[in-house]
Amino acid sequence: MNTARLPHLFLLLPLAGCSGWQSALDPRGSTAEELHGLFWLFTITCTAVWGAVLLVLAAALWRRRHPAGISEAQQARSERRSGVAIGAAVAATVVIITGLTFASYLATRGIAEEHPEALTIRVRGYQWWWEVLYADSAPHRAFLTANELHLPVGRPVRLELATADVIHSFWVPNLAGKQDMIPGRENVLVFTPREPGTYRAQCAEFCGIQHAHMALRIVVEAPADFERWREAQIAEAAPPMTPEEEAGRQVMESKACGACHTVRGTAAAGTLGPDLTHVGGRQTIAAGMLPTTRGSLAAWIADPQTVKPGNNMPMVPLTAEELQAVSAYLARLR
Amino acid sequence: MMASRFALLAFLALLAGCKREEREARLAPPIAEAQGAVLVMPNGISGRPHDVIAAQGDAFRNNAYQLSQGKRLFEWFNCQGCHADGGGASGPALMNGWWRYGPDPVSIFLSIRDGRPNGMPPYRDKLTTEQIWQLTGYLQTLGASTASLASTSRNDAMHSRPAENRAPAQAGHTTRPSP
Ligand code: HEC
Repeated sequence: MNTARLPHLFLLLPLAGCSGWQSALDPRGSTAEELHGLFWLFTITCTAVWGAVLLVLAAALWRRRHPAGISEAQQARSERRSGVAIGAAVAATVVIITGLTFASYLATRGIAEEHPEALTIRVRGYQWWWEVLYADSAPHRAFLTANELHLPVGRPVRLELATADVIHSFWVPNLAGKQDMIPGRENVLVFTPREPGTYRAQCAEFCGIQHAHMALRIVVEAPADFERWREAQIAEAAPPMTPEEEAGRQVMESKACGACHTVRGTAAAGTLGPDLTHVGGRQTIAAGMLPTTRGSLAAWIADPQTVKPGNNMPMVPLTAEELQAVSAYLARLR
Repeated sequence: MMASRFALLAFLALLAGCKREEREARLAPPIAEAQGAVLVMPNGISGRPHDVIAAQGDAFRNNAYQLSQGKRLFEWFNCQGCHADGGGASGPALMNGWWRYGPDPVSIFLSIRDGRPNGMPPYRDKLTTEQIWQLTGYLQTLGASTASLASTSRNDAMHSRPAENRAPAQAGHTTRPSP
């Protein structure tokens, strides 16, 4: 192949980012659709303006200059004509900017709109994971989970965004725009997921050493599947089935694990780290670091600082048996 | 000639600014274990830390990252519940320079790890050895009467006591509290 073409191929590479499970150009939710329309409106309008400016510039460079001695009448005419041209350009600028401002007002109007039937979820950012609370008017049906949101397709969702420490930003490009999570206040984001699927969200505000590893999965599913998931989450942790799992539960309760993590239905009731009641059923652990398997759970517990350096989970000294047992137990908590 | 040498020296001096404080997030397990091996006097008060502490340059006192971790743990594990913001409540004040069990780091370490008879719960099963040392280092800065080069960051909210990066931390608290 002609090597001179290679650089052109590289120019095409960024296009690969235009679709997929973390792309604003592949909208699957109401707000994302609005933003997507806005993006193309701005891109096309600005490209057209840019092209028009270049055309005028080229014409100006191309035109022959007036010969030195032109008459006063000719000069007055040409001044009048340039006055008209400048006036038209200013008017077009005002019209275009007003139009774009109005379009962006229309597109972002729905971000905090109230829907009486909306599903309310509180998402709280931590260094470097997400706490998710599904509120419910009946307190015993509210539950905490982490790093994974499940949403029913087609129903508006109202996210109440807060933070436990520094500024984070909630951004799931396929579904909605960014919304910051700011200490001391609560920001609201409302959108309606339109298509089932799994989407990736990412903290979009630098929040410390593991900012890049602060990801969130969003599973949009049919309402019946969502209800099934929700009932399973409301239930207490599954009881241990084997002696090894029973030993794992004891490790969880008696070692430092339970000082920071909750497993509902056991003595582990810490509130500093993610709720682990159904950790085995989540797709990933440590905010998208590793897929959830018994092996990855063991690797994480054995040495969290190598997997995600600087994160706030300490290496708790465990014997090999204790590590085996506790990872078997956690993998069971689906 | 002279000027260019001078410029070179100035440049080298600038390089000194590139040194950054080490943040040791992962302690090798044998070191973590050794840190727990403190030599204690028979009465459970005062003793000698293991040599690894000194070999690591007393990081729990001299490293801002370690001190900040201690400050976080103090809040996270709700030490405030009994000690307030270091000023004392149902538990004793930790910032007035008076220690019921002595001011040395091993006594403070032991108070946290093993608890004390008059109502201080043991944190042995809740915190790792490294974390207990981080808390110990932080508590020592609270009651310090001399300035230190390393310090935690200030609170976001208003301070109820002198900020850690002000020295001496215990100004105004020099009389012995009534027991
Ligand atoms: C349930 C209340 C309570 C909590 C929670 C608590 N303490 Fe205490 N603490 C006490 C009491 C009471 C004493 C005094 C014990 C005595 O005199 O025997 C004490 C004593 C101490 C001492 C010894 C002080 C001295 O004068 O020698 C230290 C150090 C200490 N606590 C640190 C901590 C730290 C660090 C935490 C958080 C991890 C903490 N405490 C949490 C109640 C508490």
